[in-house]
Amino acid sequence: MSVILIMLPIAFLLAGGAVLAFIRAARSGQFDDLDTPSVRMLHDDGAEER
Amino acid sequence: MTAIGSQSALGFGQPAREVARCTHCALPMPRGTKGCEQQFCCRGCETAHTLIHACGLDAYYRIRNQAASTPAKSNAKGRGYSEFDDEAFQRLYCVTEDDGTIRADLLLEGLHCAACVWLIERLPRVVPGVIEARLDMRRACVAVRLDPQLTALSAAARALDSLGYPPHPARRAAVREARRAEDRKMLVRVAVAGACASNIMLLFIALYAGMFEGIDRDHEQLFRWAAMILNTICLAWPGLVFARSAVAALRTRTINLDVPIALGLYLGGAWGIWKTIAGQGDLYFDSISALVFFLLIGRAIQLRQQRNAADALELLFNLGPASARRVDHDGSVSEVATESLAPGDVVEIRPGDVVPADGRIVLGSSRFDQSILTGESRPSPLGCNDTVASGSTNLSSPVRMKIEATGEATRIGRLLRMVEEAGRRRAAIVRLADRWGAWLLWVLLALAALTLAIWWPASPTKAIDHAAALLIATCPCGLGLATPLAMTVAMGRAARKGILVKGGDVFEALARTRGKRTIILDKTGTITQGKIAVVRWYGEAAARDLVGVLELASSHPIARALINSDADKAAHFHASDEVVELPGKGIRGLVRTALDHSPQHVVVGSERFIQDSGITVPIGLLEIARACVARGNSAVFAAIDGKCVALAEIGDPLRANSREAIAQLGRLGWDIRILSGDRADVVAGVAREVGVQEAFGGATPEDKCEIVQRETAKSTVVMVGDGVNDAAALAAASVGIAVRGGAEASLAAADVSLQGDGLGPVVELIEGSRRALRTIYWTIGTSLCYNAVAAVFAMSGLISPLLAAIIMPASSLTVVAICLRSNPFVTRHRPARTETVGNESAMAASPSPWNDPARRSGILA
Repeated sequence: MSVILIMLPIAFLLAGGAVLAFIRAARSGQFDDLDTPSVRMLHDDGAEER
Repeated sequence: MTAIGSQSALGFGQPAREVARCTHCALPMPRGTKGCEQQFCCRGCETAHTLIHACGLDAYYRIRNQAASTPAKSNAKGRGYSEFDDEAFQRLYCVTEDDGTIRADLLLEGLHCAACVWLIERLPRVVPGVIEARLDMRRACVAVRLDPQLTALSAAARALDSLGYPPHPARRAAVREARRAEDRKMLVRVAVAGACASNIMLLFIALYAGMFEGIDRDHEQLFRWAAMILNTICLAWPGLVFARSAVAALRTRTINLDVPIALGLYLGGAWGIWKTIAGQGDLYFDSISALVFFLLIGRAIQLRQQRNAADALELLFNLGPASARRVDHDGSVSEVATESLAPGDVVEIRPGDVVPADGRIVLGSSRFDQSILTGESRPSPLGCNDTVASGSTNLSSPVRMKIEATGEATRIGRLLRMVEEAGRRRAAIVRLADRWGAWLLWVLLALAALTLAIWWPASPTKAIDHAAALLIATCPCGLGLATPLAMTVAMGRAARKGILVKGGDVFEALARTRGKRTIILDKTGTITQGKIAVVRWYGEAAARDLVGVLELASSHPIARALINSDADKAAHFHASDEVVELPGKGIRGLVRTALDHSPQHVVVGSERFIQDSGITVPIGLLEIARACVARGNSAVFAAIDGKCVALAEIGDPLRANSREAIAQLGRLGWDIRILSGDRADVVAGVAREVGVQEAFGGATPEDKCEIVQRETAKSTVVMVGDGVNDAAALAAASVGIAVRGGAEASLAAADVSLQGDGLGPVVELIEGSRRALRTIYWTIGTSLCYNAVAAVFAMSGLISPLLAAIIMPASSLTVVAICLRSNPFVTRHRPARTETVGNESAMAASPSPWNDPARRSGILA
């Protein structure tokens, strides 16, 4: 019994933390544009030197 | 750094025949140019290449070749963009950051591939002072951040323009922020609902295990309370969407799908809370929270669809030029924002410019393309004192005009307001799912009442238990998910075929098989190609080449049509000599086939002109000419060395597949009509040729809108058109379809825009819509079966939380599986993609980002 009383809040805290992290990411605009980054990563940084 | 201008780097896989290609855009060069190190098909491409090279960004070409993009011509406008620095403009469209930098979102034309992302994001290297440029490919929108101390926004705009991406201000900053916030909120809701659902599921696994294996009473209570708290969070935060929508519907005394959904969710939730406090009885929290999660996903998909539709509408307000060349009192010409023009001002309009306001020509004369308003395919010659409408394009020589009306007061301004109004007034097609929602609610309520009635005598608690279980287990989740998902899949598949559909309701309207259905077609640009060309050539074929060379010397629109017909062969001919052109009559001159040959005397023009040159026209050709004129086309005679040998029928040729497509539409049960702004006899001629009974010509944009509105009241009306003159009609119709190459206003007003040529895609769209609807009915049927099974279990009292937790997701998963497997737009005949080769049509064929299927198909990603 006692173990579950500690485990359950911890589990909820972890889940809550993950949700909070996601909310922060969403509010900072990380999910606004899902198409361009997939293209952008194909351009290596040194491309213009060659 | 290597010279990337070499041909091999730009080969685009055409080794067999060396076609000279433009160094910048890699499109074939116009006739007669031999391959050399660097060559450009137009000024725009040259400017872009020079700028790219000067900034050391030549890697763009390498990246582009890797990305295997479709070549696209640079369509730089070459404007000054000085209005971007205006204070009022900056207040509306720019955001000033805390550190003093300004941020502005600009919509770009001409984006075509991954290399564009690379190039545009190197903007800081092109314009010092620009701190960052981030491009959103799907929306074709770049966010530019710059230091106002170092550079101006107009400088950034000019640089983007020279690179071939003319910028337009994006939506006003405040609206933009509001929409962005709404999108993010939706995402957060989905996340919270998902987290609640998954955690409740974990708790319930423990509870279900306890049912079979036995569980400590304290543990059971702990889990029940924990699940209750999570479920309450889920219903009070993300789930509120459904409650709000249901309440809003009830307030307007309608019933949408959200009413039965909210009823099940909240009744089940409340009853669950009571059971938790009571400490015994079955709980359905896992099913309820999972329902919220799945339904929200459906809702998020729907929101995204609507966004795509709204994005396209933005362009409506960016029509017409943003700046004009005003002639000041001292005679100097300065570039000013269109908004600052006032009646009485004199503006200069150079060839290629779009007229910024309604007015009267005071100096000079030129030919104007007024098809934007009239739909008339022929340019009209206008001189002093003639009125010119805003939105027309000057085709030949510079003129000055005195402004009479600006902005909203212009004819096109009024027209655009009509587009907006027509779009607003149009009754929304009642969504399929909402129609079902109404009767589903009554069925569910009846079943719940029946359950109560059956069980009440035995035990009131059990009766409420089973009724609540019924409402939860039969919650129309599948219905809520099926329609948006199936529509989105259909939209994605259609986009891959070059049919861009803005909203799912389009499929519903197009799939109708009962009732009166009318399809109204515009003529110019829809059934026909929308430009003057040689429809048929009678007589000696060899004469055509000679005529083509001679007409190079003329800038008359008919001359252009004659040149067009043989761009490649012209290279074999030597230049023409001693050319005399009589405007409106004809042209004569000497053409040499090779240096050593004697020149041939070529006369091209009207019958009168040929006879005036002392040449008799044979009776046979004259008869053909009469037939041409009867068809609404014009006839041009050609004489070589004193003998009239050929006749060109000049007109607006039909698109290749028009006749076949119209016949197919007729077979599908649609009434077909033609409605055009062009002359009645021309319209009648085209109607005869494609086999349409009802055709109306000479309709103004206002007429068109009115006719479509009248028809829409009686039946389902599909309007197919291309120009701004069709925009109001497109917005008023049940479904507006804009065909390829159409004006951007019509794209914005339409529900569908087509990439393929002509009417073929319309047929494909209608057939696809029927298949899409069939998928939807199929998924709805399946999910109703699951609901029926759940209802039977609940009414017989056999239902348990575990059973509900299995049936409910199983139904949703089946729906998802059926939707994802469906492909309403199976490939049968792919619309041919023709490469636009040509030096004219500079303003017509710019590949706009709004109709790039590659980007729009991203809705499914």
